[in-house]
Amino acid sequence: MLQFNRFTLGNGLRVIVHEDASTPMAVVNVMYDVGARDEDPSKTGFAHLFEHLMFGGSINISDFETPLNMAGGENNAYTSNDVTNYYIQLPAENIETALWLESDRMLSLAFSEKSLDVQRKVVSEEFKEHYINKPYGDVWFKLREMAYKQHPYRWMTIGKELSHIENAALADVQDFFFKHYNPVNAILVVAGNIKTDQVKFLVEKWFANIPSGKKYIRNIAAEPKQGSARKLEVRANVPLDALYKCWHMDKRLDHGYYVADLITEVLGGGSSSRLFQRLVKEKQLFSNIECYQFGTIDNGLLAVEGKLVKGVKMKDAEDAIEDELDNLRKEKISDKELAKVKNKTESAIAFEDMSVMTRANNLAFYELLGDAALFNADREKYLAVTQDDVLNYSNKIFDPNNSNTLYYYSEN
Amino acid sequence: MISTESRKEKFLRTEPPPIKDPVEFNLVLPACDIRTLSNGVQVYLLNMGTEDTMMIDWVFYAGNSFEKKKTVAAATNQLLKNGTSRLSAFELNEHFEFYGSYLSRHCYNETSEIVLHCLSKHVDELVPVVAEIVSDSIFPEQELGIYVQNSKQKLQVNLQKCEFVASRMIDAALFGERHPYGAYSTLEDYSALERGDLVEFYDRNYKNGHSVIFVAGKLPSNIVDMLEKSFGSLPLKSHKGADKNIVYNAEPATEKKRLIINDAQGVQAAIRIARPFPNRHHPDFQKVMVLNNIYGGFFGSRLMGNIREDKGYTYGIYSYLMNHIHDGGWMISTEAGRDVSVATVNEVFAEMNELREELIDEDELKMTRNFMIGSLLGELDGPFQVLGRWKNLVLNNLDEKYFYSAINTIKTISAEELQHLAKKYLIPDEFYELVVI
Repeated sequence: MLQFNRFTLGNGLRVIVHEDASTPMAVVNVMYDVGARDEDPSKTGFAHLFEHLMFGGSINISDFETPLNMAGGENNAYTSNDVTNYYIQLPAENIETALWLESDRMLSLAFSEKSLDVQRKVVSEEFKEHYINKPYGDVWFKLREMAYKQHPYRWMTIGKELSHIENAALADVQDFFFKHYNPVNAILVVAGNIKTDQVKFLVEKWFANIPSGKKYIRNIAAEPKQGSARKLEVRANVPLDALYKCWHMDKRLDHGYYVADLITEVLGGGSSSRLFQRLVKEKQLFSNIECYQFGTIDNGLLAVEGKLVKGVKMKDAEDAIEDELDNLRKEKISDKELAKVKNKTESAIAFEDMSVMTRANNLAFYELLGDAALFNADREKYLAVTQDDVLNYSNKIFDPNNSNTLYYYSEN
Repeated sequence: MISTESRKEKFLRTEPPPIKDPVEFNLVLPACDIRTLSNGVQVYLLNMGTEDTMMIDWVFYAGNSFEKKKTVAAATNQLLKNGTSRLSAFELNEHFEFYGSYLSRHCYNETSEIVLHCLSKHVDELVPVVAEIVSDSIFPEQELGIYVQNSKQKLQVNLQKCEFVASRMIDAALFGERHPYGAYSTLEDYSALERGDLVEFYDRNYKNGHSVIFVAGKLPSNIVDMLEKSFGSLPLKSHKGADKNIVYNAEPATEKKRLIINDAQGVQAAIRIARPFPNRHHPDFQKVMVLNNIYGGFFGSRLMGNIREDKGYTYGIYSYLMNHIHDGGWMISTEAGRDVSVATVNEVFAEMNELREELIDEDELKMTRNFMIGSLLGELDGPFQVLGRWKNLVLNNLDEKYFYSAINTIKTISAEELQHLAKKYLIPDEFYELVVI
């Protein structure tokens, strides 16, 4: 059970303190309640571009990196479709440096034209490196657009296209900042070798004077229920044919989410998983196959992807996947198999908990979901999943009318 | 906008809060308990940690330096858990996964390893099965066939990636393809693999090989007995001196500059610029670690500051001293826009030039020292990380004195000495320059 203390500043900033005297380090984690799902469809990729700009100097501090390095600290950040998260790790004695830096960039950025100009280029290179200059790099651009017709999960965090990033203007940056980057839309977690009283004092000192800002009210229409199977064929300069399928699943806090997560383990978790054993080892239809889900807050996707062994027909590969899904729909998984995927999950949680940085990040995420204490309840929710749950949920989501399929053919 | 009124505070936001200089920290490498099994195999134990998790790392001298035919070492390592006389590949996988554990294998140049991560409460169910893998793996023909087929397919995909091709070719240029560090696998090498190659390699380098075991986490009190029972009577030998007879045929390329067009449509260039550099036993190694950090070793370095944060040519650029036991190298690595790849290469050399010509100012040096110590403090947090440090010392034939001297170097090296090292090593003519589009 992870212990933590919680308080809220007058300006609405929610603060969580997790004390751990076994480490010499401290972590300061600031999560903003904004992600790519909050973007304008004509300006996608902005939340992520903005994350880069948070390192380009704040109102009173021109250089973020140097004073942090001077204090022995390191930092990074990530943006997802749901949230934007910033984290610093440094020797616990120097915790105030991290709070000073984070509070100033919550107060206001410097909004430098130069920083925007450079980061537009940096993000364009990131886009190229991960999605253009890579075989199969465009797959999820296509699959998201196929699976989501309404919901903003239909674009990638990096953005729908390069031009959206290239056209970002400083005025957009300012609007975005004042809309989303303020105390009422943020969660601060301080963890490590620190005491709650000390954190309270320092957080009051650096954050209490930041104007609270306006609470951002998210108003995203749910994705309408998919009515029929969707399919797309692509030909590209890749060496192997590949097959991708995905199905809509429940949102993060729903019971179905936990069932879906365990189903991904049954199908694709490790070398004893069903898809790997049957389709890679026994039938040798795929040279690799994976099953995963995206962990999104709103209704997400469960996906299967694999590369076909040279010479195997797409239809045979797809039929074999369908057979495995049919098995899940017709027959309960065994006690042993359910115990296996639960043990794997229990163990994965324990290994994650080893890092104070991950713990801080998780506390922020669950607080954003509604309550940091949910973090401690997760393990029990996985353990509560039954054989019937797996059977029923498989029947629910592996309905052909809920499926999206991308046939990715090698043109070589 | 925020009103100016609300920003009035009793302290200056422009002033950094006072810090404790990380160089004043007293870093300690937690001690390992070293035991020796009946057969002479050493076990390094580190009992620390707050979660009920642990890892065991069995290191064998079974890296590609010991293979007589290419890719045999990697194939043997990967297929270790694909069948014993008693259990099929599926049964082995299921056993480890049932207990929520991860059994990974890795193959390097001198060594290869089997690594187990598990909840401490399950370790007694798992250790005997690892022993079975080490003493009785059978390498079924069919498993090899699947491995060859799938490895070839994976390689075909990787060969389309400029960064993959660049990383192979720069190693080949630095060391030569007959050197264990420069050798790389081709589709033909995979096709040529035969079961007999693996069986012979396994017999010599695992079953009857040289090994050392590293254990960390929250350990059960009987862990040494458990290892002794499963491994103590196997025909394994101590790791000491196991790498004595490796032949390193260095045949560096004669051409220093090379451009490869791997994909005519490519929008980025993978750039690798590297020179030979001595290993950790050389007196300059630890000092150059500091110089490397200033040059390109972390986000606050000069290469990152100039080429990413000022010019936006790349998503990231780093330099590093290669993690090799025998011969080393100093490498600069980035993926940059195709249209700015020449400009990127020029800036890499311009930054070398500046380090040679100008003394590093004290603030930058202090920042780098503090960053390195802070970062080291963070890395010593957690049993697996500390064990990793120990493993690195042991496999490089070093001891904790090396760790403390590295810290001393970080704290005390002068700007003059760093400039002297820049003049000695950052000589553009001595670097190989490879661009793959």
